[in-house]
Amino acid sequence: MANTSQFCTFYLDKLLFGVELKGVQEVIRLLEMTKVPLAPGVVSGLINLRGQIVTAVDLRRRLELEPAPPDIQPMNVVVRSEDGAVSLLVDEIGDVVEVDESSFEPPPETLRGSVRSMIVGVHKLNDRLMLVLDIEKACHMTEADETLAVR
Amino acid sequence: MSDSDIVQDFLVESYENLDRLDRELVGLEKNPQDRDALGSVFRTIHTIKGTCGFLGFNKLEKVAHVGENLLTRLRDGQLTLNQELTTALLSMVDAVRQMLGSIEASGAEGERDDTKLIATLTRLQQLPEAPAKSRSTPVPDAAIEAAAAPSSIGDILMQQAGVTSAEIQRAAQTQKEGDPRRLGEILVEQGAVRPADIVDALRVQSSRAHAAASDSTVRVDVGLLDRVMNLVGELVLARNQILQLANRTKDTSFSAVSQRLNLITTELQAGVMKTRMQPIGNVWGQFPRTVRDVALGCGKEVGIEMEGQETELDKTIIEAIKDPLTHLVRNSVDHGIELPEDRVSVGKSRSGRLILRAFHEGGQVNIEISDDGAGLNVERIRKKAVERGLITAEQSARMPEREIFNLIFLPGFSTAEKVTNVSGRGVGMDVVKTNVEKIGGTVDVQSFLGRGTTVRVKIPLTLAIIPALVVTCGGDRYAIPQVSLLELVRLKADRVSKGIELVHGAPVYRLRGRLLPLVYLSRELKLAARRSDTKSDGAINIVVVQADERRFGLVVDQINDTEEIVVKPLRKQLKTVKTFAGSSIMGDGKVALILDVLGLAQRASVVTETRDRSLTEKVTDSSTTVEKQTFLLFAGPGDSRMAIPLSTLARLEEFPVAQVEMSGSQWVTQYRGQILPLIRLSVVLEERRNKLRALQAPPTLDSRPIQVLVLQHEGRSFGLVVERILDIVEDRADVRSPATRAAVLYSVVIGDRVTELLNIPAILRSVDVSAVRPGPVPRATEVAN
Repeated sequence: MANTSQFCTFYLDKLLFGVELKGVQEVIRLLEMTKVPLAPGVVSGLINLRGQIVTAVDLRRRLELEPAPPDIQPMNVVVRSEDGAVSLLVDEIGDVVEVDESSFEPPPETLRGSVRSMIVGVHKLNDRLMLVLDIEKACHMTEADETLAVR
Repeated sequence: MSDSDIVQDFLVESYENLDRLDRELVGLEKNPQDRDALGSVFRTIHTIKGTCGFLGFNKLEKVAHVGENLLTRLRDGQLTLNQELTTALLSMVDAVRQMLGSIEASGAEGERDDTKLIATLTRLQQLPEAPAKSRSTPVPDAAIEAAAAPSSIGDILMQQAGVTSAEIQRAAQTQKEGDPRRLGEILVEQGAVRPADIVDALRVQSSRAHAAASDSTVRVDVGLLDRVMNLVGELVLARNQILQLANRTKDTSFSAVSQRLNLITTELQAGVMKTRMQPIGNVWGQFPRTVRDVALGCGKEVGIEMEGQETELDKTIIEAIKDPLTHLVRNSVDHGIELPEDRVSVGKSRSGRLILRAFHEGGQVNIEISDDGAGLNVERIRKKAVERGLITAEQSARMPEREIFNLIFLPGFSTAEKVTNVSGRGVGMDVVKTNVEKIGGTVDVQSFLGRGTTVRVKIPLTLAIIPALVVTCGGDRYAIPQVSLLELVRLKADRVSKGIELVHGAPVYRLRGRLLPLVYLSRELKLAARRSDTKSDGAINIVVVQADERRFGLVVDQINDTEEIVVKPLRKQLKTVKTFAGSSIMGDGKVALILDVLGLAQRASVVTETRDRSLTEKVTDSSTTVEKQTFLLFAGPGDSRMAIPLSTLARLEEFPVAQVEMSGSQWVTQYRGQILPLIRLSVVLEERRNKLRALQAPPTLDSRPIQVLVLQHEGRSFGLVVERILDIVEDRADVRSPATRAAVLYSVVIGDRVTELLNIPAILRSVDVSAVRPGPVPRATEVAN
């Protein structure tokens, strides 16, 4: 009981991801987006969230997944980062799940590359695995990530 | 009120007082006879001493006490303030400030050892050989406080101590006859009151004065102000959206309400901005002290002069420029101004001059720090820069003087001690430049060998809400800050091919005889070409902008409008994109990016390309000392050639005659939700005999549209009706002759032809008179007929 925590889950390219619920500000459907020319590729654009300008991050690109098929209408998962609110674009939103600490395992050694720093670990749910995403790492890009993203 | 609250109040009040003390002491050093200033210094120390005794800060009390004793001697005229005494008193102020800092941080006075300071202060008050009491009647120290509010002490004494008005008058008479003492002292001597009564009365008086001051002002938490500012920003956005909606509906009551909302929001915005504004004098206040200390430290004599202390700036900006300015001032004294002997030997006065100037110009604040010192030595800087490997010898030979001067802002240049000594400029100039640029400002240095150096800092007025031009490119909107905007040029389709020429592939446009490099926004931003481009009439819109004193033309798809936009910073993820300064939300709720003109120029390499040309211009400018001005040329009545400085012009408009209405005898038109008075140049310049008849003539309906220059003078807009608009030219206009008629400032040669330069204030005056006096007009008309 004491060691459970809640996660907001979402899907990206059929994978199930989760971010800690307390770091999520809100989930909204796609808003009109302003493109930022010359910006790193992972930045989809800027959205007006009730008077706040929020950067939208293409999480598929960030996690080096395939680009989304055109029929997918992405959702905004607005998370609170150190640098203010950031919107993560995901394919589909899932449930809020409550997991016990005992189901957690660190990522396998075979997980390599820049993705490894963003994925904290895995929670073993009954029917599938939930990949736990580090909000700060996902929102904040290092120089190296940017050059990768531009390429 | 808890103890800690009392301490907090004490700290805030004391800090303010100490800053004032610095200024007053430095002022007193120059003018030791200023009794009011002495009284004020004395009171401040007296208050601090009293309060620390009460709060139990004994060390602080001890220091303040010896300082007070010394000040008593000064006040009584037993000692005269000199440099040594000032230094001692200033170090006492520093000691008090340090202890206050320690109290603020830890709640205790700290481990300072002030015995030396106390000894010095005690020794200094012993100086005169006969420290015997010179006054017959001991009057409480507090009597000196009468200086602060001299008006009503007599009244209070009459009410409370039973003094008759005759006694007061007698005392006042004695004072008038040359008795230098305060009213209270004289009354005590005359035996009219007891000293205790004076003390009571003074207490009443000061509490009354204090109450009046605290009633009219309140202290507000800066965090709260920032939140209010943000909310006003949101309100401005909501207002913009409402206005757009109102434009689309036909509901008149909705339009009326939205107009009111518009006005209220604008005023609210101005009001809130004002609460954040502070005069630059707040920062400058400490400079006399800084200058004195630095000058004394290096054996120099420097007088500081200030102009434009009341120039206001946003609080955040004031804070950001405080350190860079202090640094520049120190530098000027330390390295710029020569030693007194050296100055005399080259025929200058012993004492150097340091001049601080601040003024508003084009939505920016200019701050100049000038000294009349030795100036920068170009050759030495050149040599050192090459030695340091900052530039190559070949580069240095090609570099113009101005660019050489600006080398002192390079990081590698400033840190070396030796360079500082020979070049005359200093440590950490790169930090100054970085800090100023961080808030969107620029630094520039000009210098004449042997005559002095001027450092000019340009900074924006505020960072929160700025006027900007909104343009469209590739289907998205971008905002260009008005500050970097010069003018707009539209090339019709048939002129595009002829107007735009190529210099080895680089497009340029001849703007009034000078080549303007063109930058295509869509290409720079790598925007995909839109189908809609072909739909347009093929005309080209050029936004002429200025970055770092180099101008270039930005080609955009469409020019929308000017708008007040709320600047929102870009987040970390986009910090590497140098072409954008921020983002903003437009009236329709969509986000638009704010272009960083300088960043864009660097990306398009405009800045390096045009550098040489604008530099040669600069050099010729400064050699003739008359700055070039930009004028709007137009034809006045009878095809006379006339001009006004472009800076007075807000817009050029063309109105059909049908839109002109009469308000009394005044022509007016509705313009941007306001009534714009129209002044006809033909009437203003008319001979007096015919003036009134001309004035009353209604607009004739069959005539062609009228050409109007919308001008702004002292916050009011008005339209000047002219015959024809001719051109915009840049000229030195230094060949002048006196005016031949009123409303004309003088005749000048602009573009090789004699042109009359209009005197806008005079024109306004002449119009105001006729508008204010509706009565006599008809009668006068009869006479004229």
